[in-house]
Amino acid sequence: MLLLTCPCCGITAEETEFSPGGEAHLKRYGPGSTDDEYEAYMFQRKNPRGVHFERWRHSYGCGKWFLAARDTVTLEVFGTYPAQTTEPPADIVARIKLKRPEWEGYR
Amino acid sequence: MSEHTTSVANGRRFTGFVSIREQQHQGMITLRGDLHSDIVSKAIFEITGCAVPAQRCVERADTCAVAWMSPDELLIFCPYSSVANKEARLSRAVAEEFATVVNVSDARAVFDISGPAWRDALAKLCPVDFVALTEGEIRRTRAAQVAAAIWVSGPEDVRLVCFRSVSGYVFDLLCTAAAPGSEPALYG
Repeated sequence: MLLLTCPCCGITAEETEFSPGGEAHLKRYGPGSTDDEYEAYMFQRKNPRGVHFERWRHSYGCGKWFLAARDTVTLEVFGTYPAQTTEPPADIVARIKLKRPEWEGYR
Repeated sequence: MSEHTTSVANGRRFTGFVSIREQQHQGMITLRGDLHSDIVSKAIFEITGCAVPAQRCVERADTCAVAWMSPDELLIFCPYSSVANKEARLSRAVAEEFATVVNVSDARAVFDISGPAWRDALAKLCPVDFVALTEGEIRRTRAAQVAAAIWVSGPEDVRLVCFRSVSGYVFDLLCTAAAPGSEPALYG
């Protein structure tokens, strides 16, 4: 079972109270970008075995979006943080590196 | 003002190992906006007598209660007879703010659940650790397949707020969960 803590209301709940929103920290490539950039933005998603950054919405609770860092194999959650964050916060990256020394890092 | 529309549960009652009753004619107003704004907190205090509640808490005063629903949303409980007046006054008071006030009395249903084993009944329906939920708190979650808010209003009383469109479903759920002899006895 995946337990997430919503940073907006402080509730820790199991995953059926949340809705998944796909990969986090995507940068939009819109008009003026190259076809390759647009294709990558639109269609190409990471699908790692291991550390992953995701968007979640507390859909049955406060209704807010937030971001989560977790392991897709063990379901260990390294941390959750506000949606208004453009890249993983330093403390969460440090925690992941401590627990997964083999992790090649974000990006 | 439009006619009061009754819900499918229509004030029905059920007594199992906890008792369930749909509370009809409960006035409810949703306010969305910046809860830290002075204008909003002053308006809430003047019209309900309550302070803006802390995260996941409910403030009560006289006939009103104000519940924290999300970082930018409050649910105000008041007598049904005064809801139109309170809605109009609140709307005027926050007119200059980036905020909205809506009377949702006929769009929500409220169930009173009472009895010492209320945690056992609700634990069958909600993915919630009810030990962590104390009196004066409100917890938004799901009850089986629909959204619900659970307010612990007294030592042995809780109120469950759901959308009125699913009030018949929620009443049936609660009756099944409270069937006599089916106590899971999870909470001592």
